[in-house]
Amino acid sequence: MTQERVDTILRHPVGERVTHWAVAIVFIFLFTSGLALFHPFFFWIASLYGSGQVMRFLHPIAGVLLVLLFYPYAARVWRDNRWTAADSGWVRQMWAFMRKEFHPSDTGKYNAGQKLMFWSMVPLIALLLLSGVVIWQPWFAPVFPPALRRWAALVHAVCSFAMFVGIGVHWYAAYWTRGSIRAMVRGYVSPSWAKFHHPAWYRGIAGREE
Amino acid sequence: MAQHALDIIQSSATTFSSPSARRTLEVAKLIDVSRCIGCKACQAACLEWNDLRGPVGGFDGAYTNPPDLDDQNWCLMRFHEEEIDGAIEWLILKDGCMHCADPGCLRACPAPGAVVRLSNGIVDFNQEKCIGCGYCISGCPFNIPRLRREDSRVYKCTLCSDRVAVGLAPACVKSCPTQALMFGSRGEMHAVAHERVEELRGRGYQSAALYDPPGVSGTHVFYVLPHGDRPEAYGLPREPAVSPVVEAWRSPVARGIGVFTMFAVLAAGILHYMRHGPLEVPGEKEENEP
Repeated sequence: MTQERVDTILRHPVGERVTHWAVAIVFIFLFTSGLALFHPFFFWIASLYGSGQVMRFLHPIAGVLLVLLFYPYAARVWRDNRWTAADSGWVRQMWAFMRKEFHPSDTGKYNAGQKLMFWSMVPLIALLLLSGVVIWQPWFAPVFPPALRRWAALVHAVCSFAMFVGIGVHWYAAYWTRGSIRAMVRGYVSPSWAKFHHPAWYRGIAGREE
Repeated sequence: MAQHALDIIQSSATTFSSPSARRTLEVAKLIDVSRCIGCKACQAACLEWNDLRGPVGGFDGAYTNPPDLDDQNWCLMRFHEEEIDGAIEWLILKDGCMHCADPGCLRACPAPGAVVRLSNGIVDFNQEKCIGCGYCISGCPFNIPRLRREDSRVYKCTLCSDRVAVGLAPACVKSCPTQALMFGSRGEMHAVAHERVEELRGRGYQSAALYDPPGVSGTHVFYVLPHGDRPEAYGLPREPAVSPVVEAWRSPVARGIGVFTMFAVLAAGILHYMRHGPLEVPGEKEENEP
């Protein structure tokens, strides 16, 4: 007989959850519309958003929206993403972790993979914003010299590619680690889930409650 | 654009083959700067034929007027005053699209069919398909296309593709009173240009030269420059080529690898899940997500 599972531990407060999914929706728009501009194989995506013109007009606006949503979110969670010695150990054992041959007992609220994801998004989104403004027609691009616009377009493409790979891994990791999508939707996790996936975080909470 | 459908041999953001049943004669416009008197008839003819009317601007002390190309001015006479061998010379440039054989604008454009290259050598913009991203502006080594703010479409010289399609010379050529502008088959124009260069050299312009830059695989507008060793003095780039940055950014190989990697990430996830299964809390039955 399996035990009744009770989700009693708050992992993501409601504000965090809503922001997270808002970021996700904006990202999906940005990624698909960017992909249409990146390779003609995907230009059909433009018709999903009305037309190429509409898509091109909305893309940079959505980009600013992503920045406005992401950085306040990042400011709320960065403390739990500070790098520790245990994280370096996790990275060394990453492949074993993925084969389920290694399971650390000192993982905090976020594991090293999640922290790598966080710290790669912080500069990538900033670079995407800066390079995006430089090529934003018709309002900002004319201000910048053509040589800078060429570099900005290249930087924008490379960063968005890196961002997609990062988010792709993030999506899969969330699906693979059972219970984490639920945690990001409903906010609460069970003590056994917290103890197994984030033991150091669980000990901190249990210590506070006692 | 419709009358060009048969003549499109290269189309932006299109990987499939173009219509090839017929090939038209490759044409070119020759601009012999040594014969130009700076009357601006070509500039006026361009406005008239293409029905363009920009707002009346101000006088800023230069003969170049308006000060720059824009969505209403696809042809612009630029006047450069240069001191050469102790004397002031007027170096005039009839600025506009060069109709490159390897157009940077076309390579950079992400909208299928918004930039086309015709078999007669003309590079034309299809504003109906233009999405206003301005990538062509970044791609152009001559800084020619101009984005119109009001409609977010890009405009430039068409080499009067509509006139050329029915066997007429471009409006600017027709209006030139000194035959500084000539139009014909590309081979014929090359021959005329070389004759003119020889004649100028005989008259003491030792460095007279034809400007038909190989960096863009040649153009369909070329210049005879009396001071051919100094194209910059006329406002022309010395060795124009599609920037290596644009090459890297729009390279089909780089973009192909990018798209392939994205699919590879997807495949890696599926394979990993099938091989190792989900990471679950041991002994605990998970409820359906989410």
